Amino acid sequence: MTQEAVSVHAGTRGFYEDTGKRTGIRAWIFSTDHKRIGLLYLMTMGVFFLLAVAFGFVMRLEMLSPGKTVVEAQTYNTLFTLHGIMMIFLFIIPGLPAVFGNFFLPILIGAKDVFFPRLNLLSWWLFLAGGLLALVSVFLPGGAADTGWTFYVPYSVRTSTNVLPALIAAFILGFSSILTGLNFITTIHRMRAPGMGWFRMPLFAWSLYATAWVQVLATPIIGITLLLVMVERWFGVGIFDPTLGGDPVLYQHLFWIYSHPAVYIMILPGLGVVSEILPVFARRTIFGYKFIAFSSVAIAAVGSLVWAHHMFTVGMSNTGMFVFSLLTFLVSIPSAIKVFNWVATLYKGSIVLEVPLLFILSFIIQFSIGGFTGLMLGALAVNIHVQDTYFVVGHFHYVMFGGTGFGLFAAMHYWFPKMFGRMYNKGPALASWFLTTVGFNMLYFPFFFLGYFGMPRRYYDYLPEFQTYHLISTVGSWVLVLGIIVMVVNLLIAYKRGKTAPANPWGGRTLEWTISSPPPTENFHDIPAVTTGPYDYSEYEQRQAEHP
Amino acid sequence: MFTGSSPFADYVDTTFLFIVGISTLVLIGLMGAMVYFVFRYSRKKNPHPTNIEGNLPLEVAWTVIPLILFMGMFYMGWEGYKQMIDVPKGAIPIKVTARMWSWTFEYPNGLQTDTLYVPVKEPVKLTLTSQDVNHSMYIPAFRIKKDAIPNRENIMWFSTPEVRSYDIACAEYCGLRHAYMYTKLVALDPPAFEIWYRDKSAEASKPYAPLIPGVSEFK
Repeated sequence: MTQEAVSVHAGTRGFYEDTGKRTGIRAWIFSTDHKRIGLLYLMTMGVFFLLAVAFGFVMRLEMLSPGKTVVEAQTYNTLFTLHGIMMIFLFIIPGLPAVFGNFFLPILIGAKDVFFPRLNLLSWWLFLAGGLLALVSVFLPGGAADTGWTFYVPYSVRTSTNVLPALIAAFILGFSSILTGLNFITTIHRMRAPGMGWFRMPLFAWSLYATAWVQVLATPIIGITLLLVMVERWFGVGIFDPTLGGDPVLYQHLFWIYSHPAVYIMILPGLGVVSEILPVFARRTIFGYKFIAFSSVAIAAVGSLVWAHHMFTVGMSNTGMFVFSLLTFLVSIPSAIKVFNWVATLYKGSIVLEVPLLFILSFIIQFSIGGFTGLMLGALAVNIHVQDTYFVVGHFHYVMFGGTGFGLFAAMHYWFPKMFGRMYNKGPALASWFLTTVGFNMLYFPFFFLGYFGMPRRYYDYLPEFQTYHLISTVGSWVLVLGIIVMVVNLLIAYKRGKTAPANPWGGRTLEWTISSPPPTENFHDIPAVTTGPYDYSEYEQRQAEHP
Repeated sequence: MFTGSSPFADYVDTTFLFIVGISTLVLIGLMGAMVYFVFRYSRKKNPHPTNIEGNLPLEVAWTVIPLILFMGMFYMGWEGYKQMIDVPKGAIPIKVTARMWSWTFEYPNGLQTDTLYVPVKEPVKLTLTSQDVNHSMYIPAFRIKKDAIPNRENIMWFSTPEVRSYDIACAEYCGLRHAYMYTKLVALDPPAFEIWYRDKSAEASKPYAPLIPGVSEFK
């Protein structure tokens, strides 16, 4: 069945040829095709990502030496605020679900589109509006917000910078996220192909499912919180501001009730990508499918109950400290289970060391380091010391960038042939993997030393004894940025001039590899009937053995 | 970087190194297995993969063993934290007020300073609050930190192990000069502290010295 489907579409440009009778950019921004929407997200998100990388780059440059190096203190404070807001709300949260989820979720489960295609387009429009508003707020009189991405009250109430536009932007982006989540839940429940039971679903789809629930349930809380901040600022109702009789700690609770689950919105799809890519290059089924699937759900559930571990120094009750620390350790267990199952998946495989797999291997190690440092942070006595220091910054960059970021790089190199119908050059791709991995670790590993030795975060200046670590870190940022440039240029060249990609360049067993590259508009000529699990290599390997 | 320690520093470092040790072992194991598998089971060396769906005893093992280890880490963390909140009786009470971007320390007799002087080895109890935005008082050498929040009073305590000075930093972002909100904690010998305390109090009261003796309380 599958071989036939490929030959029908071979040699065409698939959905790219079907512009829906629209021309130019309108064929994109008004299209309800999930693949076009995924690519719209990719383009907008890519621009925001590169901007935020540039901000981070300047921050590292400023940290090269004590005192002023390149920018003033106010600029530095603005930079880390924008870096955080853009990386979190405009890159990592939408990153994997909105780009690869939109493009591949329907295909992975054998559907022709998502359940609500128009709502899907609306999500992108909201995303664009929120993103642009965030950017515009930078240039409005008053200057860009300088509160950090957390907008902690009372500072965010007192600063004269443009906090409100940034808050409204985050509010709008929240709706985009909720709608995408809603769409994915419905799609997964209602549109799986015949024969695709829950446990035949690819693990990336499972991770998107868990993520979508968090998006739908947790995001409204940040929306409400941001609304309360606006009410407070406009009408002087004392909610969070102590001068009006409000409680700043209440703000932190509400903020983290969303923002901690949001951390799982960011990482879960990354974990899904690893589970998706590993079996393909190990040429064997994933180890412990159900454990990996359920651990995603467990992370989403327990992860919603650990928010106050961001606030161990605010002066909480001892009961609160005890419970939140305990739950924090419990939520590490499903992540640990995943890591062990991944490594076991390599056992007795027949491993093809392609670029996507290399990114995945980097992911596993970096995510593990992120997890281990998370244990250190979960232990109360240690947390009190390293809270709000570079240790925390190192920890979440290892999870968010070393994990999700590298997961996104892996997904990009894995699905690129399918999305664009072209192959990239392996040499530069290998170089970009090497440079990003080395640069990343060089940039963020010194943060653990800095933090433990007592360097607080969000510091424009620092004591001379910290300089060696900052120096190593800044040089690391150059290597990392070089790696990102090599990657982007390589993929852009491949997009323009790459060799035509076959339908299944990696030997994947999931449904997207049964259709042509790039996929036709309707994805499947006939909705496929699914008869096996997603990573069944027994038959494939047999065929390979017979017809090498 | 910093030497010397408070009652907590050793405990915090031990807990930290315990977790670092276990983490390092597991990480080396994971990396080792990963790299070994990648070479041992490469397409060349192992052209025919074996489909292994999973293994229940293994899954149980790598759920239960981490659970036990994690509970150990949790317990150590909790025990250390209990020491940090257990203020000894008779600790010298000092009020700390944070503002953008400086600290004020107020002693029992009303003396206010911007540097924290304390007698060595004596427990000191700080009551923290803020006049404007959130701050956080951080003494890296003692591994302790507590937020200073407007309209709230938070408690922290410590005792100094030796005669020397320590850094106090602000750890909660508070605006333009956040990075410069450093001050010093100076531990003095008790006699030296007594002299400092007396002289400083006398000096501080001088500008307000009343013309009529005995009205000084109204200062």
